[in-house]
Amino acid sequence: MIELQDVHKSFYGKEVLRGISATFEDGKTNLIIGQSGSGKTVLMRNIVGLLDPSQGQILYDGINFTALTKEDKMKLRQKMGMIFQSAALFDSLSILDNVMFPLDMFSGWNFRERKKRAQFCLSRVNLEGTDNKFPGEISGGMQKRVAIARAIAMNPKYLFCDEPNSGLDPKTSLVIDALIHDITEEYQMTTIINTHDMNSVLGIGDHILFLRNGIKEWEGTKYDVVQSGNEHLNNFVFASDMLRQVKDHIEIK
Amino acid sequence: MFILNWLSHFGRYLQLMGRTFAIPQRWHMFLRSYRLEMVQLGINSIGIVLLISFFIGAVICIQIKVNIQSAWMPRFVTGYVTREILLLEFSSSIMCLILAGKVGSNIASELGTMRVTQQIDALEIMGVNSANYLIFPKIMGLLTMIPLLTTFSIFAGIIGAYCCAWIGGIINQTDLTFGLQYSFKEWFVWCGIIKSFFFAFIIASVSSYWGYNVEGGSVEVGRASTSAVVSSSVLVLFSDMFLTQMLTK
Repeated sequence: MIELQDVHKSFYGKEVLRGISATFEDGKTNLIIGQSGSGKTVLMRNIVGLLDPSQGQILYDGINFTALTKEDKMKLRQKMGMIFQSAALFDSLSILDNVMFPLDMFSGWNFRERKKRAQFCLSRVNLEGTDNKFPGEISGGMQKRVAIARAIAMNPKYLFCDEPNSGLDPKTSLVIDALIHDITEEYQMTTIINTHDMNSVLGIGDHILFLRNGIKEWEGTKYDVVQSGNEHLNNFVFASDMLRQVKDHIEIK
Repeated sequence: MFILNWLSHFGRYLQLMGRTFAIPQRWHMFLRSYRLEMVQLGINSIGIVLLISFFIGAVICIQIKVNIQSAWMPRFVTGYVTREILLLEFSSSIMCLILAGKVGSNIASELGTMRVTQQIDALEIMGVNSANYLIFPKIMGLLTMIPLLTTFSIFAGIIGAYCCAWIGGIINQTDLTFGLQYSFKEWFVWCGIIKSFFFAFIIASVSSYWGYNVEGGSVEVGRASTSAVVSSSVLVLFSDMFLTQMLTK
């Protein structure tokens, strides 16, 4: 479980996050949504420790992450997996080596065990037979799946995804969403996803946090989204006329 | 403002080096990277080092023969001066300046691209000390390879001088050999090698600093690459002045 307590973040006097508090539970797919510039990425970078909050606390299962030393943060990070917007695979390594990388660094297993685990993770994301290819030789969707395989290789307790569907076609996006959701339930991880994708919001949003101008504007589940009277949330989620009509139709029913 | 900016860079450079010089988290991973960096930064530079040194050795030989040697000078002076130039300055300092261009831009653009494509962030999230994992093998690889490249450069320069003498008929082999051996001080070879260690550290660490701290996109990667080459070249020349003063006293 990850708890945010009154998290603030400022850059050169400009406050980007203003008192965000939330709880992200195990085994649930938690979504952070909001318009560009609302502070989603800054919040994510604070949660994973790439930035330090100006004020407030971030607790990982009760441990105050913000107060940890650099060494202790690094130890805790070994329990984290992250999928970046650009997949962030290591160009110089093959697909298998990319997935084996965290195991090589931290597992202490022998080569055969590490390879077996990496191949299992690749099969979990339906990428058998791509071991010797390089990131530049596979599609964007496959790169995202490799990133998921790498993120789960160490069996992490916390999974973070920064816009995992950006640049993907709707069908591939659904595959990625389903994969993240299934893995979250299977391994009872605490998963936090930054997204703009409305399919993700309505498809896998067990818990949704809507940010606006650095403030938590709304919080709820995918079912609450449809019934919400929050004007800003409705304008964001049901931005097109067609989606508004769908919402009205559901409400009438 | 300029001084503040310089001090800010220097402070961040020291912080980065503080993170870089740590015990590797996994020795087998370090050794794998170290081996790769030796190949990428050192072995892959041998061709250009040999080529440049060969021709510069030949050109020095011609220039000394044409411009310095006269009836008032002993005939071995061409070989003697060629050797001293190669040992004391060309094969260590000038060759490192050339390598600052080749290797420095390579390091800065590689790390810069890793930064803008979030590969460095990915390492940090995994709990890897990214500075140590990425930069330490580069510094150690270049420290290992540059003295070898300096030695190769000295030999290639001398071979260039011989070829020029023989093929061009500028000087006879006996005079050149006598000049190359005349009043030889072994310490001058060590001077070149000692200097090259310092230059290797400057090139690898300064270029890594610029690449590692890139913010933005491809334009900034290009800028970082230029800054890496310019600042490591200036620092190589600057430190050459002090090292030459200290080592040849």
